This record gives sequence, structure tokens and C-alpha cells, in this order.
Amino acid sequence: MARSTTTRRKIITTAAAWAVGLLIFFPIYWTILTSFKTEAQAINDPPLFFFFDWTLENYAVVQERSDYMRFLWNSVIISGLSTLLGVMIAVPAAWSMAFVPSRRTKDILLWMLSTKMLPAVGVLYPISLLFVKFGLLDTRTGLVVVLMLINLPIIVWMLYTYFKEIPGEILEAARMDGATLREEIVYILTPMAIPGIASTMLLNFILAWNEAFWTLNLTAAKAAPLTAFIASYSSPEGLFFAKLSAASTMAIAPILILGWFSQKQLVRGLTFGAVK
Amino acid sequence: MSFANALRAATSLALVFGATAQAETITIATVNNGDMIRMQGLTEDFTTKTGHTVEWVTLEENVLRQRVTTDITTKGGQFDIMTIGMYETPIWGKNGWLVPLDDLSAEYDVDDLLPAMRNGLSYDGTLFAAPFYGESSMIMYRTDLMEKAGLEMPEAPTWQFIRQAAAAMTDRANDINGICLRGKAGWGEGGAFITVTANSFGARWFDEEWNAQFDQPEWKEALEFFVGMMSESGPAGYATNGFNENLSLFQQGKCGMWIDATVAASFVTNPNDSSVADKVGFALAPNSEGVEKRSNWLWAWALAIPAGTQKTDAAKQFIEWATSKDYIELVAAKEGWANVPPGARTSLYENPNYMEVPFAKMTLDSILSADPNNPTVKPVPYVGIQFAAIPEFAGIATEVSQEFSAVYAGQQSVDEALAKAQALTNDAMEAAGYR
Repeated sequence: MARSTTTRRKIITTAAAWAVGLLIFFPIYWTILTSFKTEAQAINDPPLFFFFDWTLENYAVVQERSDYMRFLWNSVIISGLSTLLGVMIAVPAAWSMAFVPSRRTKDILLWMLSTKMLPAVGVLYPISLLFVKFGLLDTRTGLVVVLMLINLPIIVWMLYTYFKEIPGEILEAARMDGATLREEIVYILTPMAIPGIASTMLLNFILAWNEAFWTLNLTAAKAAPLTAFIASYSSPEGLFFAKLSAASTMAIAPILILGWFSQKQLVRGLTFGAVK
Repeated sequence: MSFANALRAATSLALVFGATAQAETITIATVNNGDMIRMQGLTEDFTTKTGHTVEWVTLEENVLRQRVTTDITTKGGQFDIMTIGMYETPIWGKNGWLVPLDDLSAEYDVDDLLPAMRNGLSYDGTLFAAPFYGESSMIMYRTDLMEKAGLEMPEAPTWQFIRQAAAAMTDRANDINGICLRGKAGWGEGGAFITVTANSFGARWFDEEWNAQFDQPEWKEALEFFVGMMSESGPAGYATNGFNENLSLFQQGKCGMWIDATVAASFVTNPNDSSVADKVGFALAPNSEGVEKRSNWLWAWALAIPAGTQKTDAAKQFIEWATSKDYIELVAAKEGWANVPPGARTSLYENPNYMEVPFAKMTLDSILSADPNNPTVKPVPYVGIQFAAIPEFAGIATEVSQEFSAVYAGQQSVDEALAKAQALTNDAMEAAGYR
């Protein structure tokens, strides 16, 4: 009896997980599918799910019209460096808040998070003026700094949560053995928090990759990443859904592949605190 | 003049001409539509002729507006040429944000630009942007369905005829809607359409003192007519339909009539994309019986030079190339006359090759009948047909169109929406110092 209840529960849970998974995946599936249709097939009613004449024409047009590799390279550099820089700043910050908390630590954490609540457009002009002043418009350096600052609260929060799970006694023991602060963070804390740091980096890399407000507003021809590449195929006057889908598929492909290969690490890191 | 002085003068001249002839790389911000993409493909011709190279930044229309507005107001200097419309040009020209195009070469023949386009892209008599292509709006209808309904489309129909024809063409069982029109919120989407519809019922946005006019009977009549006709013969969910949604419906044979931008004619008559390509007729946008003004708008995508650029000469050379008669010939030679950018030059409509294109005459007639200085029957303090060329309009009209879309979706009554539109417009105009 107990076994059949457990089996039934397992089946229901599995089915529910698959249903939610498919629901989340459907827009991506539809985008990929549309990228292999003609523009006429893309707007066909009823929608064509699988049986149609597949074409690579949209990919050929996109390749011909845009320098995909330049956009891709910009995305890699901007996402990678902003994540790396963010983690380098966030690790000591999260360490101090997790292991040497003050009366104001919680307030600081909340204040950091509150900066995420401000709509980006609210600071568009101040940031733009700063960029003009410092000659950072349409540069990868400028975007690395902005994306790092945008994602920093999330990085600090995530690392803080992971660090809190690590017993302070271990660090204390290291200190008693004569470890300096730098050695304590680099040789003791960081290796123990590797799954957490890795998943934080992955998540922030994805967030930076997908960021579409600042990357569109602060770039022109040189530093524009893949978000600008997608935006160049969107049109309110003309049906270019198939080409837009091909551009979108090319833009998300690298991050999908990265996510696929690192999914174990990502899940392990995200559930790090929960399973302890 | 001594030899030394002559040498100095010669050197200076050589330096000046050398600098002028120096090859530059210009950055152009533009929108993603067929004509602009075609221009990008032909840029090599410009490079061959001038030595200048071009970097393109292509963005979706609304993103482009935000991007170039930020750039020009913060003096970002990211672009040497911007693609802007008839709404922005006079406002930016007035603010001194654009380089005047008052010294274009004689070969360019600025007098050949269609007067409606030239006026709409000028401020105080000075041209600030050169039209790349222009458009108005007109009726596109299914000739087979019209015949089946036993009706004949006049060249210049009234709204009353259109409503009657739409009802006759509607065939719900076969998923055919008599008429498809924009209902989507947004000043450039449903907002533009209801504004021109209201013009053709004698309504106006503002009186001469900048007071909102939504409390006047003409607006109520126009809105009630629109909602009534769309309830009878429009597609389900038209409150969220814009240009693309209606284009999709029409191309699939699900609309009897569609009133929208003249550039749509090339899409619906393209047999590769449209299932009804050989069954499309054209007519002038309608007016209400007894009202002189028709419901056609006027728009141009134009190329302008931001005042902060360091590459004015190269930018001007590009604009002359892209909006010239030679460019039109170039496109015609490579892609056929149906694909040349329409609506900008008089000479195009004197070309017998182009006049063979089925929608050429109706496009010209629609453009010629649009008058941005007198958009409606009563006098107005603004310039513009589907918009008022003041900086505050985009924000106000977006909010007003949201109220109207709520009516189309059945969320509020016509009276409620008009009362809200009246209040919010007057508040905004008062805050901006107009009243």
C-alpha cells in the first residue's frame, strides 16, 4: 500500500516536473522551429508544428546581413569580464558580511538589493552623461563596468548565502594556524565554496548575456553584443518573424550549450544551502 | 604674390582639399524595414563613388527612437546620420539638434522632393532631413470578396460605404473579417489610426488655445463608429492588433479590407508571402459623409545629421547618395521598379516604368491629398496629421490610445475613455505650459 502510494506520488511529481519543464521550454522550441520556416509558414494559421518544408534560408540571410562573430565576441567579453570582476569584488564583501557581521550588515544587504528595484530607465540619462563624460560610450569597458554593477547585489547575496553555510570554526582554525586574511579567503573559503561560486558565476554570466537595456542604449557599432544583433531583426512594420527567430536562435545557442553542459554544477550550486 | 606666398597658398589649398577628400567611416542608425535593408546591401556603390565606408546600427523602430533621442540630448555623438521621422524632424530642427540641409548640390535637385514631404521635414522653411521614403495610408481590399458581396469600391469611398461593405464581406463561418484595422495601444500604432479616423469625422486634438477636444461630439461620433464597425466586422481581439498582425491576417486571406500604410501594398501583392496577391485592389482612405478631410496620414523615414557629428561632409554626401534620383535608378536596375523607395520624389511618379506598378498611382494620390498644416476641418495650432509635432505628444497620445484600446477590449465605455483622455491631455498640456 505504502509502496503504491509512493509510486503514484513519484509518477505525479515526474509528470508535473515534465509539464512545467515543457511549458518553460516551449517558447524556445517555437523560436527554433520558426527559424527553419519561410516567412509565410511562420505566420500560418493553424500553426505548423513539425510537418513543413524546412529551410536554412533565414540563417543564410542573417549570416549575410550581419557580422555574427563580432556580436558574439562582444557578448563573450562583456559577460565574462563583468562576471569575473563582480565575483572578485563580491567574495571579500560576502566574506565580511558572513563571518564578521556588524549591526548594520542586514541593512546593508537589503540596501544593496533595493538598488535592483529601481527601473533601469530611471537612471538612463545620468549613466549616459557619465559615459559621454568619460568617453565610455560604445566601449566594452563601459559595459563591463555597468553590467558588473547591476549584477553585483545578486552576486553578493548569493555568495553571502553560501558562505553562511560554511562553519566559521574552520576559518578560525586556519587563523590559529597562522593563515593571513588573504590566505584564509583564497585557500580555505574559496575552495569550500567552489560549487556556490561556480553557480553564481554561471547565473550572472547568463544574466549579463541576456541584459538588453544597457547593452542597447550604451552601444552603437563597435561594442554591441548579441542583444543588439537580435534587436536589429525586430520590426513593427513588416513580417520578419522567421529571420528574427533565426537571429534569436543564433544568439541563445552559445548560452544554451553552456547551460546544458554545466547543468549539474548549476543545480548543485543553486541547491547548495537547501540540501545541507 | 611672391613665390613663397604662392607656395603657402597652394599648400593650404592642398591640405583643405586633402582633408575634404579624406575617406571617413560614418555610423548610421536606422530601422529594420525592407527599404533600409536594401540600402545597406547597396552601400558598396556609395563607397566606390566616395571612398567613405559605412557602419550600420539597425534597431527596432521604438528602440531606435529612444536610442537616438538619448544620443542627441546627451551629445553622445555616436551617430553621424540618424533615421528619423516626420514627428521628430521639426521638433529637433527647432531645438538646433540637426544640421540644416540647405546646401545640397544642384544635381540633387531638392525641388524634386514631393512638397508634402519637404514641408513635413522642414522647420521654419529649412530642410532638416531628406526623405528616404514616404508613405500615406489607403484602403487595400479583396476584389473577389467585393465582387461576391455585389459591391463596387469607389475610388474615394466614405466610412459609411466601408462599414456597409465590411458587413457584407464578413463571413464568420469561413473566418473572413470584413475589415481589419489597428487597435493596439501606442501613439504610432492604434493611436495614429484613430487620430486620422477622427480627423475624417471633423475632430481635432486641440483647439487654437491648446485645449483638448475629446469632449466634443466629433470625437464621440468617430470612436463610436469605429467600435461599432469593428464589433460587427472586425477580427476578434482587434484591440491588440497593429500593422504586423493585420498584415498577417490579410496575407492569409482573412480580411476583406485593410486600411493602413501605403508601403503595405508591396507586401500584400508579393506572391511569395501573400495568398491573395492577385486579388488586391486599392482606394483612397475614407472620410465621413459631408466631411472634406480624408483619413489618410503622412509619414516619411528620413535621414538627418545630428549637430554634434565631426563628419558632416561625409554624412551629407551619403544623404545625397541615398535619397537621389540615381539611387532610385540603382534599386530599379538591381531589384525592379516595385522595390524602389516610394513617396519621396516627384520625378518617380513621372516615370512610366514606375507608374506601371499597381499601387503607384494610389500611393501618390494619397500622399498628395495629405496636408500636415491643415490635418482636419477646423483650425489647429499644431503641424502633423496622425500626430501633433510637439515633444509632449508621444507621451500623451500613448496614454490616450491605451484608454481607447481598453474600449476596444470591452473594458470601459466610449464616454469613460473620452473623459479620461480629456482630463489627462489637459493636465499634461497644463504641466507643459501650453495652457
